[in-house]
Amino acid sequence: MFESDKTDHIKLLYWMMLTRAVDDRSVSLAKLGKIPGTIFSQKGHEAISVGAACALSEIDVIAPMHRDLGAYLVRGMTPGRIFSQAMARVTSPSQGRDVNTHGMGDIELGIIGYVSHLPQLMTVALGAAFSFQYRNEPRVALTFTGDGASSEGAFSESLNLAAVLKLPIVFILEDNQYAYSTPSKYQYAITDLVARATAFGLPGVTVAGNNVLDVQTASTEAIDRARRGDGPTLIKANTMRMEGHALHDSAKYVPTDLLNKWREKDPIVNYKSLLYEKELLDEQTEKSLIKQIDKEISAGVLWAEKSPFPDPATLTEGVYA
Amino acid sequence: MKADDTVFILGQDIGVLGGAFQATAGLFDEFGRKRVIDTPMCEYAFSGLASGAALMGLRPIVEFQFADFISTGFDPIVQFAATHHYRQKNPLPIVFRAPWGGGSYAGPFHSQCPEAWFAHTAGLKVVIPSNPHDAKGLLISAIRDPNPVIFFEPKFLYRSQRGDVPSDSYTVDLGLADVALAGTDISIITYGAMVPEAIAAAKTLTKSSISCEVIDLRTISPLDRESILATAKKTGKVLILHEARKTAGIGAEIAAIISENAFEYLDAPIKRVTAPDTPVPYSPPLENAYRPNSDNVVHAAKELYYF
Repeated sequence: MFESDKTDHIKLLYWMMLTRAVDDRSVSLAKLGKIPGTIFSQKGHEAISVGAACALSEIDVIAPMHRDLGAYLVRGMTPGRIFSQAMARVTSPSQGRDVNTHGMGDIELGIIGYVSHLPQLMTVALGAAFSFQYRNEPRVALTFTGDGASSEGAFSESLNLAAVLKLPIVFILEDNQYAYSTPSKYQYAITDLVARATAFGLPGVTVAGNNVLDVQTASTEAIDRARRGDGPTLIKANTMRMEGHALHDSAKYVPTDLLNKWREKDPIVNYKSLLYEKELLDEQTEKSLIKQIDKEISAGVLWAEKSPFPDPATLTEGVYA
Repeated sequence: MKADDTVFILGQDIGVLGGAFQATAGLFDEFGRKRVIDTPMCEYAFSGLASGAALMGLRPIVEFQFADFISTGFDPIVQFAATHHYRQKNPLPIVFRAPWGGGSYAGPFHSQCPEAWFAHTAGLKVVIPSNPHDAKGLLISAIRDPNPVIFFEPKFLYRSQRGDVPSDSYTVDLGLADVALAGTDISIITYGAMVPEAIAAAKTLTKSSISCEVIDLRTISPLDRESILATAKKTGKVLILHEARKTAGIGAEIAAIISENAFEYLDAPIKRVTAPDTPVPYSPPLENAYRPNSDNVVHAAKELYYF
């Protein structure tokens, strides 16, 4: 499932379309009452998670957050397992013990499951990077966080420690302009969050987060740098959260014209147009992509729905290894 | 560290200095900066780093300069590390070490006993040794354990306790209490720096023909319920002694375990000798009054004996 070919435009498009399809179907399943918890919308973030994950090698490790469904998929997490996690089934990566994208890790796939306390996974990703440096392995850790989490102390601690130890790690800061209902102007006073990188002595790069090729290019450079032993990079990807924080949130606090402006920048629609323009995509290919994705989604939902719920008798099992 | 090259240690001032209490003295010279890592001041970041490194097959030992400062690195311990196996099924072998407890007139922020925070968190083990022999054996067990272990070292005992320690590698099992002193009239259930106080009190009490059994818990979480119940059933009179504050302390849990499972064996209400519910004060007359000692134990044990 893992795709490392940087020039494979159809694959990039496929992963982004699959991400959105999983997201859309998850919303439908929630509305049908089939998801006991909630769903965190991915809309607007697809290019970041897919572009960054596609820049990695199979040996690398990611520590994603809740808007990085694309990265999970690229690493090989199947739609079925993602649906079963949302549906709280025993076949899910957390065996029904953690909710939606939380705790959806699989070490075999190089995915560290996250906890809600952003940006805690930045610190955990430091440890993965540390282990690669410790054993002299040419591997890289890549982690994602958000504009809201950048105000937490752990964000600064992580950048500082990564720079001091020169760890092979890439931090991707997804600036989607809102932390739940709090807009950027109430989150930070500096003009551009990427300045935080300079403050701690590591390179900072700003990319258009809705442009999958820009994200992939910047990620590749940062990953190569880390793999060479030249230390960490912070990539700030500008985007817009196109839905509420989670399913329950209508996001009425976001100005309509802001959303309309960003709707024009939809990462999938625009990338598709670009590919048509460059004659890298034709209608037949698009149709077959849609068909393949529909098939995967349906099979995934079916598998998840057939999966049993966890047995309450197992409640206290596995607290300790 | 010689036996297993996946073991490394990180923390503040543990390298060249050898740690604020010299617990890591000599390790830097022997294993170098690669395995003995002086970090910036960032307890949160290096607590989290330990989890990531453990997930990738290493066995990190994290030193907090004082148990008081573990609160700065609390989040990744109780949120990520503690819950990880339950949620994700991967082992997470980490030891979080810290000099712990009072008795050295170090004030409110260098004297704390925060073990109850961690005992209340599912997925962590909490270990507090009371003597040099156990300290080594328990630490080796903690390093080899596949779970995150909080390892508190009573710093009052760093200097006041002497004892033979075999130079070979050996283990003392986690989760097992030790009968530090066998007796028949009263059970004193305790741990850490209060074990020597309990033993001193027991010696004094023999003059009054009161025989005390001292149970050294060694592991605070998970508690050795069998040993706790065995001694309670044996003597029928239980005194719980700890240096930490009373309210919602480990003593409350031990009392509840006994009440729920051995109530019919009790000949007197369970007694607790603990610190009061205040911050740890600095001035010697205040800290001496704050911190339980063998005199307090003798007094409480007599009340219990003559109940």
